[in-house]
Amino acid sequence: MARSFDVKTQPGFALIAAFCFAALYLPIAVLVIYAFNAGESIAVWEGFSLRWFVTAMSNTAVQEAALRSVVIAVFAASIATVAATMAALATTRQGTYPGLSFKYAVLNQPLMIPEIVTAVALLIVFSRIKVWTGYTGLGYLIAAHTAFCIPFAYLPIRARLESMDSALEAAAADLYASPWQAFRRITLPLLKPGIMAGFMLAFVISLDDVVITEFVKSGGQETLPTYMLGQLRRVVTPEINAIATVFLAFSVLIVIMFFFVNRRKA
Amino acid sequence: MTDLPSTQELAIDVSGVSKVFGGEPGGFRALDNISVGIRNNEFFTLLGPSGCGKTTLLRLIAGFEYPTSGKILLHGEDIGLLPPYKRPVNTVFQSYALFPHLTVAQNIAFGLEMLGRPAAEVRDTVDRMLALVKMEPMRDRLTNQISGGQQQRVALARALAPSPKVLLLDEPLSALDYKLRKEMQIELKRLQNETGITFIFVTHDQEEALTMSDRIAVMSAGLIRQVGTPSEIYDRPADRFVADFIGETNFLSAEIDSVLEDHAILRLPGGGLEKAFLPKGAKTSGKVTAAIRPEHADLVPEGADGGLRGTLSNIIYSGSSTHYHVRLHDGPDFVVRTQNSPDNKLEFSVGQAVGVRVHDRCVQALED
Ligand SMILES: Nc1ncnc2c1ncn2[C@@H]1O[C@H](COP(=O)(O)OP(=O)(O)OP(=O)(O)O)[C@@H](O)[C@H]1O
Ligand SMILES: [Mg+2]
Repeated sequence: MARSFDVKTQPGFALIAAFCFAALYLPIAVLVIYAFNAGESIAVWEGFSLRWFVTAMSNTAVQEAALRSVVIAVFAASIATVAATMAALATTRQGTYPGLSFKYAVLNQPLMIPEIVTAVALLIVFSRIKVWTGYTGLGYLIAAHTAFCIPFAYLPIRARLESMDSALEAAAADLYASPWQAFRRITLPLLKPGIMAGFMLAFVISLDDVVITEFVKSGGQETLPTYMLGQLRRVVTPEINAIATVFLAFSVLIVIMFFFVNRRKA
Repeated sequence: MTDLPSTQELAIDVSGVSKVFGGEPGGFRALDNISVGIRNNEFFTLLGPSGCGKTTLLRLIAGFEYPTSGKILLHGEDIGLLPPYKRPVNTVFQSYALFPHLTVAQNIAFGLEMLGRPAAEVRDTVDRMLALVKMEPMRDRLTNQISGGQQQRVALARALAPSPKVLLLDEPLSALDYKLRKEMQIELKRLQNETGITFIFVTHDQEEALTMSDRIAVMSAGLIRQVGTPSEIYDRPADRFVADFIGETNFLSAEIDSVLEDHAILRLPGGGLEKAFLPKGAKTSGKVTAAIRPEHADLVPEGADGGLRGTLSNIIYSGSSTHYHVRLHDGPDFVVRTQNSPDNKLEFSVGQAVGVRVHDRCVQALED
């Protein structure tokens, strides 16, 4: 019985799988290959060179955008992780109560509302605040990124908490640990892999965002993705491939770390 | 409890405690107006079928739940509303709940550290506890690197380390295999003797309760049915539930013929008269249930002087003893158990007419 349901035995499975992988990875492979092109074209191969990497790295606009991206991601992911940890504790450690599913819905709102809608809403609200306060710094981008990072940070933390035996916290309380001590000494150390995974996920999500950033940013606040988008509207050289390749390598590294951290047993 | 002179010698005094889950009215009444006194230094067992409220009572004493009504005193002091970390009471959890990121020694030290004891004292106590549970070689292992029985010992040591006034144990042996379980029963008894700490032990295994306890409270459906020593519970069950739950019992409907002091003469099915123990405050006339343990009766040839008569319907040999099932002429099946020995062979065969002779002073009159 079970065998006949195994999709791997269905005819054409290998073909479809191969097609899907090709559709996913071939364009990326092409992009990466042309990052090493010696010529000016992203379509005609003229030999191997690292010149575009050098160009990109020494481009101050790229440097600034990359730094800005990282700053925003660090702040947004940190704040989101703290908020998500508190949210996860509140939603898994008090049993079920009326309004719990409403809280889930509110927490996961950024996953459900179309990003463009959030972006337009933030644009309107923030522009009003900018007029009132005169503040035009990175705070708006950090606030916006924090908001949509929370559900991503929340998921692995909640998963970790749910798989954690709540008798451990009861045992700590039984052994004279105050609620704060029990949290510090037992819950937090056991939760750490989940929190780190949540942080990394939030970090990557923030790093990658285009739509909301494009709407919320003030003039001169390009992040790496919005800078790249801007470049595509002009002459396209393999410099963009080089930036994308470095970006890709960085993201893949974080995702690998995410899996590593998330799989580690406490 | 009323059978004690003062509350001073009680470690735990539970009086009139009820616990309703889900809020009154309409909530679930897990404990219904329970009163029980647990004496200092005794091994006290809560015994009862699944769902009768044993864990709930333990959690109320530990502080993980708060009573809906009633009081819980610890050496005379009302602790009913204190949070768990302010009660000098420790728990051995059924799942052990050892901290997986700490070593064996760190687990044992945890309570003492939370109490703010000096480092030297913590070290000494941890060493003493490791020796007490014979776990010295494992002190630096993580708790997932030791066996189930060893985890059990660490859980015990961890709960004993802060020298609680009362130790609560919720079915601590249920995850162990039979042989280890027997070993740990002896071990627990030894630890209780050596430490002199009051143990409140939860189990639904009646054999475990009988072998380990100084006193037992038999619970069912949120009520305490009887509190007594193992032999009081076994030999003098207070009601039919207790007699049925603890060990095997034959129940016969009988009628009180006459009463003398704490005994009654019962008329059993078939007309035979038997002297029966009558619990305090029981009724003195009318219909009752006669409870007789299988080992308190002998099989005799038909026509011999036996009160009950019937047909032998089944013989079950089980090594040390044999069970004879007798279909009584005027009642239900009656089981007789005899101890086996090589030179003591009863020559009965299935289908034969037999009599049953009940031992003297071994009948208990119970109200239904
Ligand atoms: N938090 C709770 N909310 C609602 N009902 C509960 C709760 N805890 C326990 N109960 C109910 O109270 C009753 C007694 O539960 P308890 O855990 O005390 O039983 P127990 O005697 O320990 O049983 P077992 O031998 O199966 O462990 C059960 O019917 C249970 O369903
Ligand atoms: Mg229980």
